[in-house]
Amino acid sequence: MLPEDLLESLRKRVAGSDHPRELLIDVLLELQGHCGYVNDEAMEAACELFDMTPLEIDELATFYDFIYREPVGKHVIHVCDSAICWMNGYASVLDHLTARLGIRFGETTSDGLFTLLPACCIGYCDRSPAMMVNRKVYGELTPEKIDRILEKCRNGRRPDDMDETER
Amino acid sequence: MLFRNRRAERIATLEEYRESGGYEALARVLQENRPRDISKIIDASGLRGRGGAGFPCAKKWMAVPEDGAFPRYVAVNADEMEPGTFKDRVLIHADPHAVLEGLALAGFAISAEKGYIFVRPSYENCARILEREVERAREAGLLGGNILGSDFSFDVIVHRSGGRYICGEASALLKALMGRRPNPVKAPPFPTDKGLWDRPTLVNNVETLANVPPIVRNGPEWFRGLARTPTGSGTKLYCVSGRVNRPGCYELPMGTPLSEIIEEHAGGLPEGRRFKACLPGGASTRFMGSEHYHIEMDFDPLAAVGHRLGTAAIMVFDDRTCLVAVTLNLMEFFARESCGWCTPCREGVPYVRDLLWRIEHGEGREEYIPQLREMCRHLWNAYCAFAPGAASPVESLLTFFEDEVREHISRKRCPFRG
Repeated sequence: MLPEDLLESLRKRVAGSDHPRELLIDVLLELQGHCGYVNDEAMEAACELFDMTPLEIDELATFYDFIYREPVGKHVIHVCDSAICWMNGYASVLDHLTARLGIRFGETTSDGLFTLLPACCIGYCDRSPAMMVNRKVYGELTPEKIDRILEKCRNGRRPDDMDETER
Repeated sequence: MLFRNRRAERIATLEEYRESGGYEALARVLQENRPRDISKIIDASGLRGRGGAGFPCAKKWMAVPEDGAFPRYVAVNADEMEPGTFKDRVLIHADPHAVLEGLALAGFAISAEKGYIFVRPSYENCARILEREVERAREAGLLGGNILGSDFSFDVIVHRSGGRYICGEASALLKALMGRRPNPVKAPPFPTDKGLWDRPTLVNNVETLANVPPIVRNGPEWFRGLARTPTGSGTKLYCVSGRVNRPGCYELPMGTPLSEIIEEHAGGLPEGRRFKACLPGGASTRFMGSEHYHIEMDFDPLAAVGHRLGTAAIMVFDDRTCLVAVTLNLMEFFARESCGWCTPCREGVPYVRDLLWRIEHGEGREEYIPQLREMCRHLWNAYCAFAPGAASPVESLLTFFEDEVREHISRKRCPFRG
């Protein structure tokens, strides 16, 4: 069950907008933040909030790379596989992650901690190879740096805090 | 100019931006000018859109009809998903108020009341910075109701995208903002007539808007004088990546020669490597070989030799990099990111990728070369500019590096792999 106070705050936001649908992605992301992914219950809640059909919302939810309609791990790793990262060591980054986590693209570790997904150019070509963990970008990856990031995640920290030096 | 407040370690504050002349343009304009004056100044400056197409900025602004409906909107394209491009990210991290002041001036120029900044998911840092600085600008009376005591009110909303390359296309971006499926729509109507909720809407790139305050403050002649080319104007944020020693984003006079950007600013190629080609403006531009190594990086000089400046994201490839493999990687990107709306793009791009995959992996045949050429022509029948953009690297690979492609086919393997 979704908590009533979350639903209430979303209802307020939607009611306060001249064009409620402009909030659709925000609301889906917020529901996802709570449920881990946009599960069917979250979908139903969104349908009610926006007075839309499941089909209408699903055609949006399934369109975007960062809205998950299937269960994902607590930490979602998006590895950039576009041209510059590919030139600068993407393959070894992926090999290292695959070996450390024991999963391939599209899979989640059995402890539910990590999901591994590809990402199109994330705009950090000056610091390639790069990847995103949740919403935070890490560049100039080395096996040691990757291990440190995974360790941080395992210690229960969500590495999505803002860091102005990671520009 | 754009990077005057750029620091290695942190983001310029509102106070620092104001000390460097920031918000002077907005303050003066609100006291002295009418909306159309701003478009005229920008027109005289020759500012062209920095998002890839290079469309004259003022022409777009003046396309908003004076008797058009209200409310009107400005949408800032901070989606920046063109591979190789990261200038908007660097700019927002350097001096976010340059973007906000430019946005407010654009809003004034078309009598808009609201601005939306559309930010991609991997730029969450940018979204948070912008939200924080919008709030600071509101507190200082620089955004929101009755800006600086004038009768102009303009507020800004940071909109987070769910993340898809096609959202960078203007019509798709507007649909995404409205919570609709963002497949592009063909003009007319143009967004300047009917954009967000059928109201006149400007869509401008981050870098484009950041150029506006200095132009208004210092005048169009000054701006034109910054460029190194006679038909160019201003400076340009060049992103250099790939096989160079110092990849990064460099603000240089518009029209700085490619060789100078690569050697003096990006530190040249690593020892023992030779420049083979670059994509001069992101993944949707054509491979440009060493015959243009000294070309002036500006819209017109590139167009004169059949190339496009695009976003000026220079991706450098050396003599040991396989361009078939690079193109295959780009086609993987385009095949994945196609919105799927029209057949030429949805079916054509994966077809091209498949042929390239076979060539790169030693399964190529002679007849694939004419087939690829034909498919590239078909991609131009697509609904929006996405598929023609995807065709650019493939077509130019076959035009300028046909021998390299043929060598893959005749040797039944990639000659760059050991």
